[in-house]
Amino acid sequence: MTQIIVVTSGKGGVGKTTSSAAIATGLALKGHKTVVVDFDIGLRNLDLIMGCERRVVYDFVNVINGEANLNQALIKDKRCPNLFVLPASQTRDKDALTKEGVGKVLSDLSKDFEFIICDSPAGIETGAMMALYFADTAIVTTNPEVSSVRDSDRILGMLQSKSKRAEEGLEPVKEYLLLTRYSPARVTTGEMLSVEDVEEILAIPLIGVIPESQAVLKASNSGVPVIMDQESDAGKAYSDSVARLLGEELPMRFVTEVKKGFLKRIFGS
Amino acid sequence: MQTPSLELKGSSFTLSVLHINQVDLEKVTIELDSKLSIAPQFFIGAPLVVNLSLIKDPEYNLTALKDLLVSRQLVIVGITAAIDAISAQAKSLGLAIIKSGKQSQTQPQLPKTTKIVKQNVRSGQQIYAKNSDLVIVGTVGNGAEVIADGSIHIYGNLRGKAMAGASGDKHAVIIARSLEAELVSVAGQYWLAENIQLNSTTKSGCIRLEGESLTIEALPL
Ligand SMILES: Nc1ncnc2c1ncn2[C@@H]1O[C@H](COP(=O)(O)OP(=O)(O)O)[C@@H](O)[C@H]1O
Ligand SMILES: [Mg+2]
Repeated sequence: MTQIIVVTSGKGGVGKTTSSAAIATGLALKGHKTVVVDFDIGLRNLDLIMGCERRVVYDFVNVINGEANLNQALIKDKRCPNLFVLPASQTRDKDALTKEGVGKVLSDLSKDFEFIICDSPAGIETGAMMALYFADTAIVTTNPEVSSVRDSDRILGMLQSKSKRAEEGLEPVKEYLLLTRYSPARVTTGEMLSVEDVEEILAIPLIGVIPESQAVLKASNSGVPVIMDQESDAGKAYSDSVARLLGEELPMRFVTEVKKGFLKRIFGS
Repeated sequence: MQTPSLELKGSSFTLSVLHINQVDLEKVTIELDSKLSIAPQFFIGAPLVVNLSLIKDPEYNLTALKDLLVSRQLVIVGITAAIDAISAQAKSLGLAIIKSGKQSQTQPQLPKTTKIVKQNVRSGQQIYAKNSDLVIVGTVGNGAEVIADGSIHIYGNLRGKAMAGASGDKHAVIIARSLEAELVSVAGQYWLAENIQLNSTTKSGCIRLEGESLTIEALPL
């Protein structure tokens, strides 16, 4: 059975695209045939983070409009044989996504792939609704700050009322919390909400905590998903999250403050 | 047997009355908008009677007032206590002229049922329990709204808005395990977060009307 997973948040800039790329790559590395689909029409950047922007010929909207078939639009990842990217169009506007069109593409992808990761745009407009509509599972990406948590709560409401599963009265979309850009030091100083605060407010199971990390910027600049950098804290945290998504139980790492001296000893800076 | 195609029956309804105390329409607009922004669901779509007892100007522009109210999605069914010149305008606008007589002492319809919601109410969601009490087994998040014609019981945290007695029942109460609300109201009397903090030091509590003002009572929940 194919699992359709939406990476969503409401708020922009919280790490959806970073997480979509990392999780898709992580699933593929574990041997699952995975495609990651960019729903952020007009602002594509998944292909940048996946390092395949120079190989985009056809996109998601071309496939919906019948101007190309899926095989022409899917980009095979260079590093990972099980991984494919369906890029977004930079030139169209977001109304190009129709429920019928998206539904058809996802059902065609379901014939070939075990996991379909949908990288949602920000907001609660058409693009975001299309990305979550067909989902079996939602990874609600949240930063430890009030406005992000509020928007995530809003998206959870949408998942419970506006998704296909909700509309058809099927088993509800599985919801997981992915806390990103977490900085234990700033939690201690009271600048950020703690893991417990966010869990308490959103009341859904936690699938991972990704620390704020230099490695993420480095990774996106070089077009390699951060999960490939297994030396980095963020890379390890994403690996743990993927393992939990596949049912493993692992303790959370990188959630407590590391003493300065210790950090320095590791990174020698 | 033939059923008549129409029937005339007497019924009494509870209508909200909007008192206009100002001739200056601009001032009225500003105050109305600020009231609406606090609790739009009290007004929008609800039938209103406009009380004009303080407007003594025979040249008063009733059309402009009506347009204002209509543009804010208020439904005016008629006016009351107006001077003759304004009543004449009302007639030509198709508004009823309602005599309030003695304040009629009919109780608002009592809640008949209970609506139970067994999940968290999320930001942006609204739940309305018509003619009934509302029980939420979960948390009402910031930016969420729960409204009932009867009482509201929340077995979780109340962080959003809760409005009990929405159609006028002054005996309605709001009970929550943890009161961190943005707004609470009973029969139209409301408190914002700061009022709740001023009036209470407890976490869980019961909010109800005492006379015309709200009170909060600690509950050992
Ligand atoms: N864990 C992290 N640590 C540091 N920077 C991050 C982290 N996650 C995301 N970022 C940065 O935040 C910005 C927004 O990330 P992105 O994944 O594009 O968010 P979204 O898709 O939600 O808009 C990017 O510049 C990205 O490099
Ligand atoms: Mg993005």
